[in-house]
Amino acid sequence: MARLVVDPITRIEGHLRIEAQLSGGKISEAWASGTAFRGLEMILKGRDPRDAWLFTQRICSVCTMVHGLASVRSVENALGVTPPPLANIIRNILMAYQYVQDHTIHFYHLHALDWVDITSALNADPAATAGLAQSISDWPGNSAQRFKAVQDKLKAFVASGKLGPFANGYWGHPAYKLPPEANLMAVSHYLEALDWQREIIKAHAVLGGKNPVLQTFLVGGMAIPVDANSPSALNVEKLTLLTSLAAKAQEFVEKVYIPDLLAVASFYKDWAGIGGGDGNYMSCGDLALDPSGDPKSYAFPAGIILGRDLSKIVPFSQEKVAEYISRSWYRYGGGDAQGLHPWKGETDPVYSGPKPPYEELDVAAKYTWSKAPRYDGLPMEVGPLARMLVGYASGVKRIRELVDMTLGKLNVPATALFSTLGRTAARGIETLYAAELLPQLIGQLTEAIKSGDTKIHAGEKAWDPEQWPKQAQGVGLHEAPRGTLGHWVVIKDTKIANYQAVVPTTWNASPRDAAGKPGPYEAALVGTPIADPDRPVEILRTIHSFDPCIACAVHVMDASGRRVVNVEVS
Amino acid sequence: MASSQTSPPLDDGPKVGGLSRRQFMKWCSVITAALALPVKYNQRIANALTSADRPPVVWLEFQDCTGDSEAFLRSSHPTPAEVILDLISLNYHETLMAPAGKAAEKSLHDTITSAKGKYLVVVEGSIPLAADGAYCTIAGRSAVEILKEVAADAAAIVAVGTCAAYGGLPAAAPNPTNAVGVRDIIKNKPILNLAGCAVNGLNITATIAHFLTFGALPAADDEGRPLFAYGALIHDNCPRRGWFDTGRFVQEWGDQGHRDGWCLYKMGCKGPKSHNNCPQIGFNDNTSWPIGAGHPCIACSEPGFWDGSTPFYAWMGEKHLPAFANPEKKQAPLGLALGAAGAAAFAGVGAGAMAWQKKQQARTAPESEQSPSGEGR
Repeated sequence: MARLVVDPITRIEGHLRIEAQLSGGKISEAWASGTAFRGLEMILKGRDPRDAWLFTQRICSVCTMVHGLASVRSVENALGVTPPPLANIIRNILMAYQYVQDHTIHFYHLHALDWVDITSALNADPAATAGLAQSISDWPGNSAQRFKAVQDKLKAFVASGKLGPFANGYWGHPAYKLPPEANLMAVSHYLEALDWQREIIKAHAVLGGKNPVLQTFLVGGMAIPVDANSPSALNVEKLTLLTSLAAKAQEFVEKVYIPDLLAVASFYKDWAGIGGGDGNYMSCGDLALDPSGDPKSYAFPAGIILGRDLSKIVPFSQEKVAEYISRSWYRYGGGDAQGLHPWKGETDPVYSGPKPPYEELDVAAKYTWSKAPRYDGLPMEVGPLARMLVGYASGVKRIRELVDMTLGKLNVPATALFSTLGRTAARGIETLYAAELLPQLIGQLTEAIKSGDTKIHAGEKAWDPEQWPKQAQGVGLHEAPRGTLGHWVVIKDTKIANYQAVVPTTWNASPRDAAGKPGPYEAALVGTPIADPDRPVEILRTIHSFDPCIACAVHVMDASGRRVVNVEVS
Repeated sequence: MASSQTSPPLDDGPKVGGLSRRQFMKWCSVITAALALPVKYNQRIANALTSADRPPVVWLEFQDCTGDSEAFLRSSHPTPAEVILDLISLNYHETLMAPAGKAAEKSLHDTITSAKGKYLVVVEGSIPLAADGAYCTIAGRSAVEILKEVAADAAAIVAVGTCAAYGGLPAAAPNPTNAVGVRDIIKNKPILNLAGCAVNGLNITATIAHFLTFGALPAADDEGRPLFAYGALIHDNCPRRGWFDTGRFVQEWGDQGHRDGWCLYKMGCKGPKSHNNCPQIGFNDNTSWPIGAGHPCIACSEPGFWDGSTPFYAWMGEKHLPAFANPEKKQAPLGLALGAAGAAAFAGVGAGAMAWQKKQQARTAPESEQSPSGEGR
């Protein structure tokens, strides 16, 4: 059977290509290819480590801030610097808002159209839509008038003959199962979420000057001054704004996102048996509820689950991370079959794919710009599902309650979690969990300000290169919205000698490794039914359930690279 | 919990594009102000924005981080929903569009063949020229090939973000992929550079409004940036300029000066060489901006800033300082300009600044004034 190619995979960050082999109406084999490369880590070589976060933050601005945080943590780790508690609290608040906003945008604006047929909403009865919506939530936007207005707007839009970003969607595909009223409800909330997201993320502007691309991290602390008695610092007026935005964030997640998620999922329970993959899940742990940063207080605990076995948590250790390039467009000095720990990482890009324009990749050879990270030799799925499973298996009370509530409302067993639907549901659960943390974190900030604490930076030890060790290496770990993120830095004579980032989507979008073992996307796609190869909405469902970020996955190039460009075109 | 709605209700009296007439005219006046136009243009903008003829827009993403698309999604007047539903026909935008693969490419093909000479192209991200373009491909085609094809029949091109404008981050030394900006490839079309890392979303929507109202791109400076947004230095409009002029500088992160909103020049601020309207319009509905939140400006809308403005935390040197803020220069006597009381007030500041400068010089040499390297070559 002919190769199925989907390129570009849209409604993601970055450039991703999926090639798949079909057999009997199902995918028998799949290959994921990241098709863009920038070389940020090479650009970092020789630069001031205090600047690194501003560079790495531009790895991706959908997951904005996460590469800034991981970067300053790596340099702090190398220099032996501990940020003050106040800085940790501010970082945690930024992190929690990022989870809430980023996940919600993913659900409505990147993922929903895989499940929601926008054209079917034209046939809905607005009054019946209100009946449906009001039966699951008392959100004030769920009125018949509102749904009628949205439908009228949609009708006028369609009548204009200009469908813009909605043209050529897979509308009417038999895989769309929602009734017209559920579709209209979702379209209305799609539009409301567009407004909501830009409102609540003002919290990032308060603490970081702007969003996207915050400008507030510092090696050793944060740049936002704190002082209850100054109009130019984080004061009570700004605290009040943070509190009000947190309330709006939580309300929307409780009254719109979660009810929509459960309503949509109830029509797609077959997807609880599709897209599971290998079943290895990893979290490095993050968001210490103790402002000192104590890992024992992580809201998202660390650990690894192997082969879907929730009865056992394997401890996480960054030493066991290694990257392989045997199927990626790079070369290792010691041979392409070995795996290298990021402190020893090498990246020597050697493009050996077909010269563009091309129709198909040679998937028997190297076929992507993404490397293949492995943990103790195994591929790992990272992200909200991994975190919720690790939290569940670790016995975190609120995570257990939310997961059990979701399973109960959908009336599915726990095994349903290991699937495309499970991944999408876990993201929603995690959004609510993070939204519920916000008042607690803002409370910590309030207490700190009340106590007169204004220390946002560690001082000279972090900022005076004369006090730095001659040579040092560090690691900065962070659970970003899309999963486990690590930055590894080597500093020599106050400059960056090596820098490596192993990011969530590198884990999830990784190609086969030296042993031929597929990465998580590739494994998850196997067995996925494809009703119509010309309109492969099923591939989008599973790939989008991971929330890909390809600019993150392929940023790679180590600073010790000897060769900049060495092209071998086959 | 207070029940609130973040969006204006759609069923709120007479409306234009989901807004009440009053709300609509309000944001027309904000756009008029953002574009630095006289008030009389309000109605003309309003007329243009209510036209039923939404022009097609193709938004291409190449070596990008999606920061400029995200910035567009944070824009407030008009909001992204209004732009997409009421103002333009956003026919191709990888991050937002429904179709994928061949269906997505059909949307692109349909637009550039059916609306020749009429569609607006937005480009986000740099374009790599090395390795026959293999450092960025979409649907098996190189970014440079796609850009040339799409640009051929475009009405105009808007490069959003510093990468699309000048090469940006991928073009920072040693520019591993030979990344360049749109202007280095396309020579026969009007190109506007909305520089910034990321660009301010309001400058995108104001540019779209300008294009819809006047049928052409706004006037630009030598670097192709619209004067309405980039016509002045951040330093000249900075609310902290008073502290700069009176020699009150932040010396350490979190010190009293930092908390009181003093000038960040000595912490590395590049405001004196940065052209942008951040101080006037702010970000996220004017909630804040980097200097307002205590961090120095990094000159992100200047060509070559990744090489020309680094190290970011090194100061630009004493040559920009007003004489009285720089006691080591021993120029004009303090009392002359300030009077006795003022001079006394600044004496302490000057002494602190001197001690700080000695320390700072030991740590980091002033940033070199080298010309940008690696950009757009």
